[in-house]
Amino acid sequence: MAKKLMKGCEAIGEAAVQAGCRLFFGYPITPQNEIPEYMSGRLPQVGGTFVQAESEVAASNMLYGAAGAGCRCFTSSSSPGISLMAEAMSYIAASELPVVFVNIMRAGPGLGGILPSQADYRQATKGAGHGDYRLLVLAPSTVQEAADLTMEAFDLADKYRSPVMILGDGLIGQMMEPVEFKRHIEPEDLPVKPWATTGAHNRPPNIINSLYLNPEDLEKHNWNLYKKYEAMASEVRHETYLADEKLDVLIVAYGTVARIARTSIDALREKGLKVGLFRPITLYPYPAEALSRTVALADKVLVTELNTGQMLDDVRAVVAGRKPVEFFGRVGGMIMSAEELAENIERVAAVPA
Amino acid sequence: MYSEIILAGFGGQGVLLIGKLLAYAGMKGGLEVTWMPAYGPEMRGGTCNCTVVLSDRQVGSPISRSPHGAIVLNLQSIDKFESTIRPGGIMVVNTSLINRPAVRDDLIVVPVAANQIALEAGSAKATNMVALGAFLGASRLVDLALVKATLAETFAGRPKVVQLNHVCLDKGFEIGQAIAAAVPAGR
Repeated sequence: MAKKLMKGCEAIGEAAVQAGCRLFFGYPITPQNEIPEYMSGRLPQVGGTFVQAESEVAASNMLYGAAGAGCRCFTSSSSPGISLMAEAMSYIAASELPVVFVNIMRAGPGLGGILPSQADYRQATKGAGHGDYRLLVLAPSTVQEAADLTMEAFDLADKYRSPVMILGDGLIGQMMEPVEFKRHIEPEDLPVKPWATTGAHNRPPNIINSLYLNPEDLEKHNWNLYKKYEAMASEVRHETYLADEKLDVLIVAYGTVARIARTSIDALREKGLKVGLFRPITLYPYPAEALSRTVALADKVLVTELNTGQMLDDVRAVVAGRKPVEFFGRVGGMIMSAEELAENIERVAAVPA
Repeated sequence: MYSEIILAGFGGQGVLLIGKLLAYAGMKGGLEVTWMPAYGPEMRGGTCNCTVVLSDRQVGSPISRSPHGAIVLNLQSIDKFESTIRPGGIMVVNTSLINRPAVRDDLIVVPVAANQIALEAGSAKATNMVALGAFLGASRLVDLALVKATLAETFAGRPKVVQLNHVCLDKGFEIGQAIAAAVPAGR
């Protein structure tokens, strides 16, 4: 398929279709409305169904049902909407169902604003809903990567029978870049899900449930989930930019901020400052071992995010006091320019180690 | 090659469309491109802008604090963006709606009466195409033929629209080209 110029939101929607997903349940919220808009036009063309639910609570429970019936399904929302879906997310994780959630983050807390943000890092990676569960979280940095990771998210959700989240921000949702869809999957070609509630003809009934009143059973269930999350560690991935040599400053950033950092790094390299980038692509599982190796090459580490310092905690845990870890963030929908980030990198570099 | 361009005007002038045309044509020309609209709580008739980045390698920041060039279609836009353009950059100014001269003397300013030219060519709706043509004539960032081909695809089945827009692109291009040719060498 030839490259097309697409908005991040539309690319995510088309990627879901190409991944064989035929069901979308959602409720509108800026800045991701282009996803449900796209799905409402596209899904009927391929025999799928788009449902605008009465609320995010309803949409997320429709996903619970559709995933239980063995169908690839997804939703997209933005920060306050994801909070409303958190209860169902916990039930979906507990019932071991594959669902893809897309969060195009906006500034919070509360209703906050509609402009880009990364303020839901902690919510996504440490647990939005209650209980001892995990979400596999993927953070795209380009529109192409948003499309690729959305397709993979469906495979990963099926592989681990677990909810998976695409964590983007308003910038990646709204920007247009060239994109091509590298794979095409028809729903009929997807592997059969023997656990799904597809009608118990000539087989014992399948039961999807998250209630375990017997504590021995529930403990066993929790440890089984834990083993699954341990196995997910093999999915860890990251990217580096100019970070395989001795560095004055190592930038750690994800998503859109990581690409702003690339521009800052290019400008500072021209001035002779040795700066590199470490970009986690999976935010859970976190690429801790790779980051630890890269940190060893750097004098200092600068974490930069569109929040007040959330991934900062994970980076500090990896660095474990070996190097100074500084932070620069913009919040409330404000976005750092490449120049502003470069000024902050220079500031950090100038401080005696 | 790396260039950040801001295209600004008020809602309805088609700045988002010419931004997309520029990005699409850049992509066809083998460049890496990003188109980023400034989004927010906007109202009808309010200001509107987008940033296009054209590069021969992966695009980093999709937003720009100091663009290499700008197209400004109304007074609010020149007031907002003139001071941000990098020295030596191109600024296309729609003199049909902007009744003040440029303040900066370190820019290549391309004044073009885009509304009048478009109206004379057939419709003021093509104002944006005159401005884009002028920018391409002065900057030569993207091949005019690629922009025209992209436009023809965008408005496939509407030959009159395509023809009018092509004429406006050409008229703007000539003005931009003449101004760039008059810029002393070394600028």
